[in-house]
Parts: sequence; structure tokens; C-alpha cells
Amino acid sequence: MDFTTFLWTTLGAFLTLATFSFLYKDNPFYKLAEHLVVGVSAGYFVIIVWHGTMVPNLFQKLADGDWYLLWLNSTQPWYIVPGILGILMWTRFSKKYGWISRWPMALYIGIAAGVAVPLEMSNKVNKQLVATMVDIDWSNFMGAGFFDPFSGMASLLIFIGAVSALIYFFFSKAHTGVFGGVAKLGIWTLMIGFGASFGFTVMARISLFINRLQYLDKNWREAAFDASNPNYSFGFPLVFWLVMALILVYIIWELMAHLKHKNQTSAPQ
Amino acid sequence: MRRQLPFVLVFLSGFFMIFQYFVPHQKSEFVYEFLLDWLTIIGGFAMALGIWSLIRVSYDRIKRQRENWGYSVITLTGLFLMMFFGITNWEDGSFGVYIYTAEGLSNSMFVHFFDFILIPIQATMFSLLAFFIASAAYRAFRARSVIASLLLLAALIVMMRFNPIFGAWIETVANWLMNVPNLAAQRAIVIGLGLGMVATALKIILGIERGYMGQG
Repeated sequence: MDFTTFLWTTLGAFLTLATFSFLYKDNPFYKLAEHLVVGVSAGYFVIIVWHGTMVPNLFQKLADGDWYLLWLNSTQPWYIVPGILGILMWTRFSKKYGWISRWPMALYIGIAAGVAVPLEMSNKVNKQLVATMVDIDWSNFMGAGFFDPFSGMASLLIFIGAVSALIYFFFSKAHTGVFGGVAKLGIWTLMIGFGASFGFTVMARISLFINRLQYLDKNWREAAFDASNPNYSFGFPLVFWLVMALILVYIIWELMAHLKHKNQTSAPQ
Repeated sequence: MRRQLPFVLVFLSGFFMIFQYFVPHQKSEFVYEFLLDWLTIIGGFAMALGIWSLIRVSYDRIKRQRENWGYSVITLTGLFLMMFFGITNWEDGSFGVYIYTAEGLSNSMFVHFFDFILIPIQATMFSLLAFFIASAAYRAFRARSVIASLLLLAALIVMMRFNPIFGAWIETVANWLMNVPNLAAQRAIVIGLGLGMVATALKIILGIERGYMGQG
């Protein structure tokens, strides 16, 4: 690792520590990281949308036309229409002409809603229903045991669980009698599902947390003291200890502010 | 004109997009692809509204020197630097501005800003959620009823599944929980979600849902 890469790694480590400092309280380091990520991610998003969407979908389609002919001589001149509609979105800045921005907005909403109807039915509803209503494998009903997720019994339980959970969401009929019993089974299925999803989410976050600690330890601290690195110099540990000193100064400053506040509040009136 | 025309546009464009799905013809497919391009293009222009709003709010805070205005300088600096690096490149020794080609995406400063600023902060922010959802769960999860106990038990088993203290059985049970009851619950939710999306889309196309139009 060369010294420039180490400086970038140090910046990443500093920003990681700055973000973690929110666990203590909202502080200047966290605010710095928070505002920096807002600006950088907005800039990144602009560039990705520009190079990934606007250039290939609009500008390249009109590239063979001439601007002084309003690109009407290009091979796909109809792409001027969404361009004009997009510009009309900017009338939102005007109080007088802001209502014009509703036209492109209406087309956007209409197209998106129209696309959603068949696609949602196909991708979410139909495919899930087909996957739920599979043939039960009676020859392998118990599989390798009760907890075998690929047995025939598991398929049956998935079918019963999904149907009962759907019945729970059906509020047009009172949840009483047999219907109420099935709905109760549905809420049990849902609660187990929510619990499992919650546990899975917690573990995913813990994995990210471990990853950040590994970054601090392996990528940053070890690189700061890795004498076997051919590019190693005294600058590596110096930068490391400078960041540590900065953190220490902040801790002392916070401690002094805390003690000062405590003395002020405990002083006799 | 101001209020009625947008509803007509929504109805016509929405109805057309549903209709064309059932027309297996090349021309129908062409119009479908073209209108999907519209979405991305109009969305790209709409993004400029958001960026302009961010710039205006930040600039206003700096100009009026409101509380913590210095952080707005950091926001704007990050924004403009990232946009600048994304359209420039000097890797081969000569500086160039590349607005219509993607050389900027391989600019080392653009890549470093992504790798050493964006990724560390975003990953750390997501990892912070581990602490917050754990403390929220500590307060919210109580075995007060059968269903609450099921929730608690399922969560505990899935969280403990890689813990070697409990042996192999916990991983077997956790896998079963994830692949059987959880799958059934997720299927029901996805089916419900799909039906809800279709219902909402139809309400928008038919002009029953008009919230997206805003006031005025």
C-alpha cells in the first residue's frame, strides 16, 4: 500500500469513527460525516443518472441531429418530446407557470401506473400463487425429518400458511367461527415470519458492523504499522496517531464540558 | 386545462400501457419501450429539481449564516466536487472534460470519493441500525401473549443460529423457520402487496386517487 492510498484509507476510517460517534450523541464529527455523505451521494447520483440514463436515452438518440434545427433532422426526432416534457417539469419553480409541470407529472404517473397493473399481477400475484400451489410430494412427505424445508409436508405447510395469512388480511368478513380459526393460524404464521425477518435483519446489520470493525483493524490499523510494506515510512503511524490524538482531544473536551455543566448545575443558588 | 388535462393524460397513458401489454405486436413493443424511455428521461429532469432544491437550501443557510451553516459548505463542496470528477479525467496526463462519454466514471478521484467517503459512511450508518433495532426490540419484545412469544422465539432462533454453543439443531430449526413459515408469510405479504399496487394504480388511472397532483 502506498502512502496516498493509506491517506484515503485513513479518511475512510476517520469517517467510520465519526459516524459511529453518533452512538454517544450528535456531535460535530457526526454532523460533518452526515453533511458530507448528503453532498457526495447527491453528486454521485447526478453523475450516474447523467451517464446511465440521460446520455444514452436522450442525447445519444438525438446526437445525429443539429441543434439549430431543434434536432428534427435526427433519426429519432420523437425523443424531443420527453426532453421538452422534462424541461416543463422545471416550471415548478415558477409561481405563475408552475401548473404546467403537472402535464409531464401526469404522463409520468399514468405510464408508471399503467405499466404497474399487468406487471404487478404477473410478477407478484400470479408467480407467487403458482409457486405456492405446487404438487405435494406424498412419496417424500416427511423428508429428512420435521424440519426438512424441502419435504412434501413443508410444501403443504407453506400452502396452508400462505392461504391462512391471506385470510387474516381479508377484513370484509368477521373473523369468527372456522374463518376466525384460519385467520388465527394466519396471524401465527405472520408473527413467525416477522420474527424470522427481524432476526435476519439484525444479523445483516451485525455483519455490516463486523465489516466496519475489520476495516478499522485490518485495513487501517495494521497498514499503519506494517513494516513489511515496501512503501512503509514514519508517515503511516504518524497519520494514525494524529487521528487518535484528534479523537482523544475531543473526548477530553467533551469531558471538560460535562464537568463544567455538572459544576454549574450542582452549585448553590 | 390546469386540472382536467392532467387527469385525461393520466387516464389515456395508463389505459394505453395496460392495453398494449396484451398486444403481442412489434409496433406495440416499440411504443412500450419508447414510453419507458420517457419515464427515465422525465425522471432525470425531475432529479434536477431535487438537486436545485438542495443547492438552494444549503446556499440560503450559508448566506444567512444560520446555525451550523458551515456544514452546508461541506455538503455543497461534496456535491460539486463529485459532479466535477464525474465529468473530467486526467488519468492519461492530459486534462479533459467528458460530458457525453463516461470517462469521468473511471476518474480516480471519483472512484476514491465513492470508495473512501460514500461507502464507509453509508455502511457505518446501516451498521448503526444494529444497535437501534436491538434496543427497540429489547423494549418492544415482550412475551405477553402467544403471538408475541412466537415473534420473540422466531427472532431469537434466527439470531442465534450461527452460535456454536447451541449445536447444529438451531441452524436446522432456523433454516426451517426461514424457508417454511417465513416463506408462507412473505408470499402472503407479496400477494397482498401486488393486489394493493394494482388497486392503487387503477385508482390513479381512473382519477379516484388524485393526491399526486398536489394543491392548487
